Amino acid sequence: MQLTRAGFLVLLWLFVLAALRVVRSDLYAASGLRVPTPGLRRGAKKAAKGSKAPRQLVVTHGALAGTRISLDGRPILIGRADDSTLVLDDDFASTRHARLSMRGTDWYVEDLGSTNGTYLDRAKVTAPLRVPLGSPIRIGKTVIELRS
Amino acid sequence: MGSPVTGAEGAPLAAASSTSPGLKPPTRRSTELVLLAFAAGLVTIALILVDANQEKELTIQILWLGLSFLGVLTVAHLAVRRWAPYADPVILPCVALLNGLGLVMIHRIDLAMADVALPGGQPWSDAAPKQVLWTAIALVLFCASLKVLSDHRTLAKYGYTFGFLGLVALVLPGVLPSFIAPEINGAKIWLAFGAFSIQPGEFAKILLMVFFAAFLVSKRDLFTTAGRRVLGLDLPRARDLGPLVAAWAVGVSIMVLQKDLGSSLLFFGIVLVLLYVATERAAWVVLGVVMFSIGAVVAWQLFGHVKIRVQNWLDPFEDARDAGYQILQSLFGLGTGGLFGAGLGGGRPDQIPEANTDFITAVIGEELGFVGLSAVLLIYTVLAMRGLRAALSVRDTFGKLLGGGLAFAVAFQIFIIVGGVTKLIPMTGITAPFLSKGGSSLLANYILVALLLRISDAARGPKSTPKPRPQQPAIADQFTVMVERPK
Repeated sequence: MQLTRAGFLVLLWLFVLAALRVVRSDLYAASGLRVPTPGLRRGAKKAAKGSKAPRQLVVTHGALAGTRISLDGRPILIGRADDSTLVLDDDFASTRHARLSMRGTDWYVEDLGSTNGTYLDRAKVTAPLRVPLGSPIRIGKTVIELRS
Repeated sequence: MGSPVTGAEGAPLAAASSTSPGLKPPTRRSTELVLLAFAAGLVTIALILVDANQEKELTIQILWLGLSFLGVLTVAHLAVRRWAPYADPVILPCVALLNGLGLVMIHRIDLAMADVALPGGQPWSDAAPKQVLWTAIALVLFCASLKVLSDHRTLAKYGYTFGFLGLVALVLPGVLPSFIAPEINGAKIWLAFGAFSIQPGEFAKILLMVFFAAFLVSKRDLFTTAGRRVLGLDLPRARDLGPLVAAWAVGVSIMVLQKDLGSSLLFFGIVLVLLYVATERAAWVVLGVVMFSIGAVVAWQLFGHVKIRVQNWLDPFEDARDAGYQILQSLFGLGTGGLFGAGLGGGRPDQIPEANTDFITAVIGEELGFVGLSAVLLIYTVLAMRGLRAALSVRDTFGKLLGGGLAFAVAFQIFIIVGGVTKLIPMTGITAPFLSKGGSSLLANYILVALLLRISDAARGPKSTPKPRPQQPAIADQFTVMVERPK
């Protein structure tokens, strides 16, 4: 009786621990948000010194602030359409607002005929423009930038 | 509802967020299956312990019960594997364990009550078989909602419809005559159809959450307009307070008309949290809490049933034989349990009134002790945490709000009931999700979990591809084509 009593409690707590273990292994793996571990970040910084190629797109202002998307060479569609890479929920953004695409090693932003325009560092984007690292791209109320 | 379209969109490809192209995020479904088997094993052991300690004959039948529980869970698991392959692997096992523990405890209370001669000589009708039936129905509903709802964003389109339905469901028992909406234990929240009764409020909770999430997504800017700044808080403008006042009025009227303090608190809490999540402004929470406190104090002064609850909370010994009886028995039960509990099947749940609904956490506390009860509460915490995690990482605002609201609802509900049982806050009749007896609560909470899994599937799955769009040349380069000749 005493043994089963304690045994069941132990098993119950083992379940909790097992669940927490899964949660822990999951934290950095498949969470959608990429939260780099401190160790990984150090490595990434070192690598970034060598190459200045942008590696991720970061939303710095607006409703989606904090979102990061890794750049893997495919073009990034930004707009309110559901199939955009970055789906904006913003009254000032158009359905298909802008596109970021890679030519060689550089990323270019182009406006897809949006109503309110796309701005790269205060300049209105009328033709495809090269996006330097860290310069803000403003789309409606959202500001994004490329980071290495 | 647009399932072929979203099916095409959901075609697997390299996640934009993963560093190496071509790598699909792990589904972790096998982890889920292992955890589910663990949960089913725990539930079977619990059942064996209960029957052994109650000196019932142990037959091979128990193993069959355990296996069929595992079988039912496997069906749910396969449904998840089929329709939400990237969903969170921890949510379903947690739910399964809570539900299974609930079933075992309800069975255990049946055993205890069968020995007690009820006043009036009626035999105790077993609640466990009924609850097993409800569990089966709930799991069917769970699989159905996963299948039907292939994208949680479709819900946003029906926001106002859901809001209307939810409001109707919420107030219906309060306004209907008592032959169809009887007053049971002082609360008028049931609709009775012959033998079985449902609590529409449980479903209203989810419907209203969908509505509020959809509403806030489209009208979010309204709520962020700054008003005056008082004591470091950006107070909203008076004219923007309308929705909050409306929610407050609904919450208070539930408290007064249906005499259901728990639902009122839950409803208003959900509204506040959604507002806070949408605007990130503490002013809404402060305002809401102040408004609710004023409403609660006024209700306490004016209405007898509220007064009794508060009195029982402040000093249950004042009327220990009558009004304070429930809460006192629950406290004695928890005290008897102590740190490690009396062991499954070793307590006296027949001493606790309403043991298999409102006070089921007291029974668990008595038999599993503080250690066991805190494990159960931790499982709820994990459940809510994974829900919030899914809400954090999903990409669309509606999903964020809905997921946050759903996860919060589970946590808040368990806070209200356990807070009541342990006399932290006034006791209010509300079910412990998945544990308590009650079909409506089980059905509604399984739908809630299906929604959470759907959202976490969207959050963790590969990003949907942009539809392959034929590259159109600029309009100036296109050939002019006569579409229709003007007549």
